[in-house]
Amino acid sequence: MTQQKELTLQGLTTILKAAAGADEEVDLEGDILDVEFADLGYDSLALMETGSRIERQFGVRLNEATVLSATTPRAFLAVVNESLAQAA
Amino acid sequence: MSSATVVTGIGVTAPNGLGTDAYWSATLRGQSGIGPLTRFEPQQYPARLAGEVSGFTAEDYLPNRLIPQTDHMTRMALVAADWALADAGVVAEQLPEFSMGVITAASAGGFEFGQRELEALWSRGGQYVSAYQSFAWFYAVNTGQISIRNGMRGPSGVVVSDQAGGLDAVAQARRQLRKGVGLVVSGGVDGCLCPWGWVAQLASGRLSRSDDPDRAYLPFDAEAAGHVPGEGGAILVLEDAEFARQRGAGRSYGEIVGYAATFDPKPGSGRPAGLRRAIELALADAGIRVQEVDAVFADAAAVPELDGIEAEAITEVFRPGGVAVTAPKTMTGRLYAGGGPLDLVAALLSIRDRVLPPTINVTLAPQYEIDLVTGTPRKAAVDVALVIARGHGGFNSVMVLRGGP
Repeated sequence: MTQQKELTLQGLTTILKAAAGADEEVDLEGDILDVEFADLGYDSLALMETGSRIERQFGVRLNEATVLSATTPRAFLAVVNESLAQAA
Repeated sequence: MSSATVVTGIGVTAPNGLGTDAYWSATLRGQSGIGPLTRFEPQQYPARLAGEVSGFTAEDYLPNRLIPQTDHMTRMALVAADWALADAGVVAEQLPEFSMGVITAASAGGFEFGQRELEALWSRGGQYVSAYQSFAWFYAVNTGQISIRNGMRGPSGVVVSDQAGGLDAVAQARRQLRKGVGLVVSGGVDGCLCPWGWVAQLASGRLSRSDDPDRAYLPFDAEAAGHVPGEGGAILVLEDAEFARQRGAGRSYGEIVGYAATFDPKPGSGRPAGLRRAIELALADAGIRVQEVDAVFADAAAVPELDGIEAEAITEVFRPGGVAVTAPKTMTGRLYAGGGPLDLVAALLSIRDRVLPPTINVTLAPQYEIDLVTGTPRKAAVDVALVIARGHGGFNSVMVLRGGP
């Protein structure tokens, strides 16, 4: 378990790609912070799998309902980083 | 709108050929896809040969988003469906979404995916199990993924009856077409070449223990001693003939004219096996007389008792030597839910090309009075073909096909 203090956007896209692949028509390296996950090609199951991988990698527990309420990378990062801060 | 059920598109992923043309040319050459298992280390198991589909790289054909959520056999099913729809000239977005359904067969589901996740569960804990395990292992997953990928929201389902299932799924598709659905993507692509799937198949006691690919699967041979499992199968586009005409479809491969399924009596009951009755009922459903049938594609269990039942049923219905019989699955192994649909493809292409593919490696045992096509292909004007598929546990299914008008 690597204990990191913060999940970055780059970290999130890496985990998203590993968890659920990437839509060929979406540039995940672009300015996607406020793009809806649905427009990035990700559904709730993709986000569940991503959340699960973050839990394993960061050694935290995430509230599933809270994770699924985040519809953009910015909101998702806020949820995860709040949990990481609380766990620290 | 209830006319005929026609086959307008074919997609094949078979151990001896990827794509319809590769499969069919290999099959007419007598080229087998059976060989030593490579998907996992087979040495500790009593059966070590399989019909593996080689040269299939899912990433070459499917969107990246589908890769983490699919088992190997689902990936092949999705690609076979793509090929079948392209072959039929169907552009799904241009047709009403509720006019198109998906009905496939499965025998076990996505076992390779499932085994990996179960290993993660027991060795590392629940949080290591993929969220996609929720459906990736499931019997109905190929139907669901094909439906989602192509936007087909009409009547859909899955049939699970071991090797009989592929024909049963096509029969269910035919029922839906007769009820007014326009098009159904049907057939089956199967495979469970992983230790979990393998031990489940071993439990049947019907797997060949030979290590010689040319001597391992010998239906109707005096040395028959079980079958070789394979993976793959075929996806077919079935349409109501009037629907196909209205959308401007090209030629069809042929028509599904008859079908029947029976179930064997309880072992030891003394009552006869159900296969003969299934053949007779399928012919009655087709309104076709015995002498009109040009070829039989046999189930070819390669278990002496089952070969005896099949040869006897064929002989009783068609008389000794009364119809050409063949088993091209000697080149692929038994594909379970994929087996029946691949035999439908072989039958349709036999009708098209006026040639019957051979049963390879087999010397017909003298007690079977069937006209088995062995060794090389046989030229034959095939108009009506009958396909037999039996599933473990007593399933008998028979389908009758006729060349297109």
